[in-house]
Amino acid sequence: MAKIKSARDRRVTLLVSTRKGLWQLQSDPARRTWHVTGPQFLGHTVHHCIVDSRDKRVMLAAARTGHLGPTVFRSSDRGRTWHEAKQPPAFREGSGRVVDHTFWLTPGHASMPSVWFAGTSPQGLFRSDDGGATWRGVEGLNEHPQRKAWCGDDQAGTPDGPKLHSILIDPRDARHMYIGMSSGGVFESTDGGSNWRPLNRGVRADFLPDPDPEYGHDPHCVRLHPALPDRLYQQNHCGIYRLDRPAERWQEIGAAMPKSVGSIGFPMVLHPRDPDTIWVFPMDGSQVWPRVSPGGKPAVYRSVNGGKTWQRHAKGLPKNQAWLTVKRQAMSADAAEPAGVYFGTTSGEVWSSRDEGRSWKCIAAHLPHIYAVETA
Amino acid sequence: MLIPTPLRSYTANAAAVSAHGTTLDQLVSDLDRQYPGLRFRIIDEQGAIRPHIRFFVNRLATRDLASALSENDEVMIVGALSGG
Repeated sequence: MAKIKSARDRRVTLLVSTRKGLWQLQSDPARRTWHVTGPQFLGHTVHHCIVDSRDKRVMLAAARTGHLGPTVFRSSDRGRTWHEAKQPPAFREGSGRVVDHTFWLTPGHASMPSVWFAGTSPQGLFRSDDGGATWRGVEGLNEHPQRKAWCGDDQAGTPDGPKLHSILIDPRDARHMYIGMSSGGVFESTDGGSNWRPLNRGVRADFLPDPDPEYGHDPHCVRLHPALPDRLYQQNHCGIYRLDRPAERWQEIGAAMPKSVGSIGFPMVLHPRDPDTIWVFPMDGSQVWPRVSPGGKPAVYRSVNGGKTWQRHAKGLPKNQAWLTVKRQAMSADAAEPAGVYFGTTSGEVWSSRDEGRSWKCIAAHLPHIYAVETA
Repeated sequence: MLIPTPLRSYTANAAAVSAHGTTLDQLVSDLDRQYPGLRFRIIDEQGAIRPHIRFFVNRLATRDLASALSENDEVMIVGALSGG
């Protein structure tokens, strides 16, 4: 169970990864005012920056530039200084595959303080055993004989490139992992990554010839609740889903969203303590998939009963002509009481709620295209 | 070798450095030995020059890492200009 922070400890830091660098936003203890610092890595595309949940001084950042290949940087002083990985994630020589960018970073299990995982575009899973200095492919996935059937060609992906994301480690068992692949679907390993199997039953894939396939799905963001690790949620290209293991079949919970809004989006955010409270940011998924706030009226939707019903929360957000896009890593919650919720837009705004999503305030604007917002 | 600004964080801001090799590939490997990490930013894991990187040997463009080099050849690395 996540600890509730005392008033003194309630200062929150947000790590804002953008197409042109990394910024940090730091709050006062009440989370009313925010101070923006940065940029770091100016000009680099920073897809993800995350703090190590096992040692809060450590951060990893995945970066590339328009011209230079992908790499990973590590800080052990909360972002004051950074050192580049000696051996960034790269596919096996001779495999014919090339990492375009590292997209997702996840600290390993608490019992393995030097282990990190990285997901790349195109879909690849990598592991570091030395805190992010050197990386090797998780060959159980990258060389799996079914990988190409699961994911398709490396060129056959979303316009921003196919991705491996949502690397989830079961806090009770370091060998039990889930990943999401866009496309590919959700996959599970119970042996630390040596073997994987699809876990997509119940999830629609209505863009495929077979709308109920075993794999080939497009999960946008998958989350596992740390206090109830058998509870998974996913925001998918085809709706919002929940899975309570050991069940194998996902339940569609997005069907309870208003028809005029739909259930398409990228991020999926879980409450730090209550496994039944979740947030999504719906976007228009009609026709050519505009992926902006439906009707230009942005709102966050919250469920407090595991997705049975949803409430619209738009207080403080623009009422119309606001065509916001929020990417899959660009929305998160802090661990305070009440929980703070945050999202960043591709138009460079960061929005904050200090009342669990009921009301919103813009705390930064004019930043570059935001890829990720993580609390630190 | 002439180093473009995006790579000068590796060369302590030096715009021109010396490296050795009888081919372009060997030259880049020697550069990486002197400035660790530089090679992977411009050559991918399959040994191909990254899409927006250009090499000029004595002012002539080449994308062939097997290109033969002679002593005192001038090799220039360029980040191709594109996009906005």
